[in-house]
Amino acid sequence: MGELEIIRLQNIQVSYGDVPALEDVTLSIFQHDFLGIIGPNGGGKSTLLKVLLGLVKPDSGDVRIFGKPPEQTRGRIGYVSQRPSFDRDFPASVNDVVMMGRYSQAGLFRHYNREDKAAAEKALTLVKMEGYRQKQIGQLSGGQQQRIFVARALAAEPELLLLDEPTASIDPTMQNEFYELLDELKRNLTIIMVSHDIGAVSVYVDKIACLNRRLYYHGGKEITSEILEATYQCPVQLIAHGTVPHRVLKEH
Amino acid sequence: MPGPAYRTRYGAAPCVKGTLKMLEALQYEFMRNALMAGLLAAVACGIVGVYVVVKRIVFISGGIAHASFGGIGLGYYLGINPIIGALFFSLASGLAIGGITRKSRLPADTAIGILWAIGMALGVIFINLTPGYAPDLMSYLFGNILTVPFSDILLMLALDAVIIGIVVALYKEYLILSFDEEYGTAIGMPVDKLYLLLLGMIALTVVVLIRVVGMILVIALLTFPAALARQFTHNMKTMMILSVLFGFLFTLGGLWLSYELKLPSGATIILLGGTVLAISFGVTKLRLRNKKTKEAA
Repeated sequence: MGELEIIRLQNIQVSYGDVPALEDVTLSIFQHDFLGIIGPNGGGKSTLLKVLLGLVKPDSGDVRIFGKPPEQTRGRIGYVSQRPSFDRDFPASVNDVVMMGRYSQAGLFRHYNREDKAAAEKALTLVKMEGYRQKQIGQLSGGQQQRIFVARALAAEPELLLLDEPTASIDPTMQNEFYELLDELKRNLTIIMVSHDIGAVSVYVDKIACLNRRLYYHGGKEITSEILEATYQCPVQLIAHGTVPHRVLKEH
Repeated sequence: MPGPAYRTRYGAAPCVKGTLKMLEALQYEFMRNALMAGLLAAVACGIVGVYVVVKRIVFISGGIAHASFGGIGLGYYLGINPIIGALFFSLASGLAIGGITRKSRLPADTAIGILWAIGMALGVIFINLTPGYAPDLMSYLFGNILTVPFSDILLMLALDAVIIGIVVALYKEYLILSFDEEYGTAIGMPVDKLYLLLLGMIALTVVVLIRVVGMILVIALLTFPAALARQFTHNMKTMMILSVLFGFLFTLGGLWLSYELKLPSGATIILLGGTVLAISFGVTKLRLRNKKTKEAA
């Protein structure tokens, strides 16, 4: 293919006790891919992200991130979690939160240095929130907070961005704005986004995989109703938005 | 001489007299020790209390404090300083609560309830087995800042130093842990170990506070100063400094009030703190309401 392979998963098998979470998952992701992974809750989406972050060791199979085992590559990955539940008056400023993204670079026991501060600054500018540095994080709107959490991930100057249900708790208009931001970021990054929001995912991502223990992925953006049914194990109706820039549905 | 007339006219004499009495009292060693104990307690509860409040682990702290009673009983039984017994028991119960909540499916509040009760029951049994009368048992339960011996002040100083050392070294880690533990896990921070260490710090704080307010009232000094400080800042470091300051004002003011009114010091410190906190919450609420009506107008 000539492109740089960022992630290679081969025959990954993960189970919790007797319960299988991932079965025979094989996946290759290349530089500047924007992959959306959709699937039902409990389908193994979070487990897959944990495998990529090196937090869950597969029972069998091989994981390579940038050609290395995932434990060694955490510093090169930015992670955006679901919006955490914290108190509105939690004593942290926007700047405090973005600096957290530099943890892997600074390391245990070390204090942040000038380089860390510069990276946090740059990340805030990338998400266009540089004017909010000293604001208390709880005082921002849900959409603004999600931008800050993206900035936190970007502060690590990652080559790969992992997003776990990033729009789960923000309202629809904010969601569109958020996807526009990802659209800009994907020029310099490889992005994997896990979501159960089929509609939005299919508009913005370049490739889609469906995950329900097994991964259905054909390196493209087309999902057939057969794949969706296999994933969700029940008939799913695909709803396309009014002006879909790419074809999502296969013609029947 | 305008002095005496001034005093009577403005009624300032009792207050001045009170301060003088307090200064006179400073000549006594027990009073100097009491002030030092108050300061050392304020440092520990101010810093650790901020984590307890923002991470919402007040009741885990309550469990650790009560379980430490087992150690006090063991101390009496073995004839060693009960504070040393409490130190081991609170550390062990902190680690046990942490271990159980992280590694088993038992809900946190169940684990807290179990250790809370077992610790206290052990304490009762040990004290019962100890021949003779258990002297100043009440001061461990409800605190007596006026009877803190100098050896315990040295222990409190050492524990404060350990707590400050840990927080300075791991400030950024604990900010992540309190704010978003899931993120901490994802970026490879050793969250479970840090959490256990935090519970260990709470255990040390409990030991520092036992002499001042007693193990039953420890939970108050862990929460009041931090909750009050939170009203004034959204920076965690500032919150810690303010919280230490408030803690010291509470212990100092409570000590003075208890001396003037001849009331038990531990309970007076707590009630003073509670009153200040209630007033502060009231003022904040009024201010918010005023702001709203102004905006509406």
